[in-house]
Amino acid sequence: MSLRIRRNPRLERIRRNRLHPEYESLMAARVSAIGPTGLRRINPHQTGFVMVQGRKRLNRLNPDGVGFAGAGQPGRVQAKEKPLHRVADPLGYVAAVLDLPGGRLSSHDRDVLGLAQQLAQAKDEPHAVLAIALGDVRETDLGGAGADRVIQLNQLHNEPLTGYCPELKRAILNATEQHYQPAFWLFPDSIDGGADLGSRWAVQLGERAAVQAWQVSKETTVCRGGSQLTDWHRPTPRVLLLAPECGAPVEELRHEALPLELTLPEPVSVTIEDLGPVSVDPSQIALSEAEFILAAGNGVRNWDQFHQVATVLGATEGASRVAVDDGYMPRHRQVGASGTWVSAWVYLAVGISGAIQHLQGIGQCETVIAINLDAGCDMVRRADLTVIADSEAVFAELLNLMNERQTGIAPQGVTVHEGEARHVA
Amino acid sequence: MLPESRSKTMASQAMKIAALVSVGQHPLSRRERRADQDARAVELALSLSPELPSLIHVGSARNESLRAYLGMGLNNLKVLNADQDVDAVPALASYLGEQALDIVLTGVRAECGEGSGLLPYAVADQLGWPIVPRIVSVVSIAGGYAEVWQALPRGQRRALRVPLPFVASVDPAAEPARQSAFGPAQRGSIDSRPCAAEPDQARANWQQHPAKPRPKRLAVAKGGTAAERMKAATAKPQGQGGQVITEGTDREKAEAILARLVAEGVVR
Repeated sequence: MSLRIRRNPRLERIRRNRLHPEYESLMAARVSAIGPTGLRRINPHQTGFVMVQGRKRLNRLNPDGVGFAGAGQPGRVQAKEKPLHRVADPLGYVAAVLDLPGGRLSSHDRDVLGLAQQLAQAKDEPHAVLAIALGDVRETDLGGAGADRVIQLNQLHNEPLTGYCPELKRAILNATEQHYQPAFWLFPDSIDGGADLGSRWAVQLGERAAVQAWQVSKETTVCRGGSQLTDWHRPTPRVLLLAPECGAPVEELRHEALPLELTLPEPVSVTIEDLGPVSVDPSQIALSEAEFILAAGNGVRNWDQFHQVATVLGATEGASRVAVDDGYMPRHRQVGASGTWVSAWVYLAVGISGAIQHLQGIGQCETVIAINLDAGCDMVRRADLTVIADSEAVFAELLNLMNERQTGIAPQGVTVHEGEARHVA
Repeated sequence: MLPESRSKTMASQAMKIAALVSVGQHPLSRRERRADQDARAVELALSLSPELPSLIHVGSARNESLRAYLGMGLNNLKVLNADQDVDAVPALASYLGEQALDIVLTGVRAECGEGSGLLPYAVADQLGWPIVPRIVSVVSIAGGYAEVWQALPRGQRRALRVPLPFVASVDPAAEPARQSAFGPAQRGSIDSRPCAAEPDQARANWQQHPAKPRPKRLAVAKGGTAAERMKAATAKPQGQGGQVITEGTDREKAEAILARLVAEGVVR
């Protein structure tokens, strides 16, 4: 076998001629990056990628050495698995008691776990982050959020840990304290239960907890004082109630999230009994904390119908500034920069064109639905779902639909929407 | 007693209720005032019993802003005389233990100082009573038990049943406090008595500073090629818009809206 490189003059000729009928198929079959003389060759017609604007860009990262198109196309992200961080034999623990509202990690929980990792890594001996998840847990990726070890319980001696049961939870924390003696106890300082449980636990341990702590290191902690007016610099205690955004959530690494054994505590007598949630009249809820707002603007003419729809849908009423200035709605229902800044899950805007002050006020809303006649207004650009129609006609149909839902009768000859059909069935 | 407070009373039997009050601070002018959450606790206490609740404060009896609580229709305010830097918990617990009380109400957090909100928990722990945080109202009291409503996020409420006596903190979502009237505020009496409060040793070496603005967290695009990161950094955050329904009958449009509301879980 000779090592002489054989050339194919015909193929080379075709490769040089982009107008040749066989050029496309030949180039599609990926020419090797090494030319016939052994030199590295780059085909300039195949380097780089085309940007969204239609401009051609070079890919200077050149992962394979040659920047052929396709190697680094934008938008094609390979889901690379993050590196796994192991703590084999921890000499101590940093306990993070999670809120898990709705069974999922809140962003506050992730911040607390991120800070727990920082504190664990600041220790001289290897420490593991122990996540304590009590109640209904639907979150599957506690390891991705930074938990090295997990204690997960949804009941204690056949008593469920859902609802309000701080005494049961405190008994479990007590058992954890006896077995593992964590170096730190971290709680999210939140209304979802973290602040309450953390305060109880601090009082039981006889620790002076750091409340609203927002800057925490191994030695010192900065806490916000009353009315957010002062900062208290103090040595870091064992129990910390952490403010939101106290630490960066874990993103670069995966953690093991190994389940940890716990001997269950003795049954405890419960003094506070949970009687369950109370149904609240949505019109009584303050606008800033409502979860579903039906807001009206200048485009609404039939106000009786609007109030009726709000009652039927169970929405809290809001209004734009025009509707309030014209006297159709009270001032405390105004949404926007000069009214209330709302944080609803769903914001249904009817006849609101979307002045910038109003859009600022709804900046925190998750889902915005708009009913408007003008398809070019700013609210349509902000909304996740827009219906271009007259609000009065849509309201009339909405009332009919809700009536059918409640009575369970769909009129003949009307196609029922898929989601609707499932519900009725 | 004011006629309104008599008319609003809920329970027929006389309850012994105490409200722990503190000196508040206006968030902008920093002037001393009645604390908002404590005033709500007093308001709730006034609505619970035909008997007037007792007001208790640990601190200086010479503070004039305490009179704003008396202006809500109360005759008397008890002050346990103590310095600024004392630990109020043991003094309060021993004083409350001597009174035969049914309910002790207070705000969630103080407006000045440390404002940790741990005081009701510590007091309840020393008294051995249950503590219910963030209540908005007391619905009924019968047979040695009280049914209270607790504030949850997003305006939701939860009913709890708790045995008397108990300590409760009152949420800012509770009924707002009535206006304080100047005349009754000046006529009311402030009784001070000495108490054996000791300086707060745990807080001795803490430092207090004016609050520093907290840095805002920035969304940083990570990973990918330089071109991708550049695109993520320079792309307009909005502008893509959502689904727009122009065609179809009004009924179809209404169905689309309702389906979205059901999918988001706000219509059941």
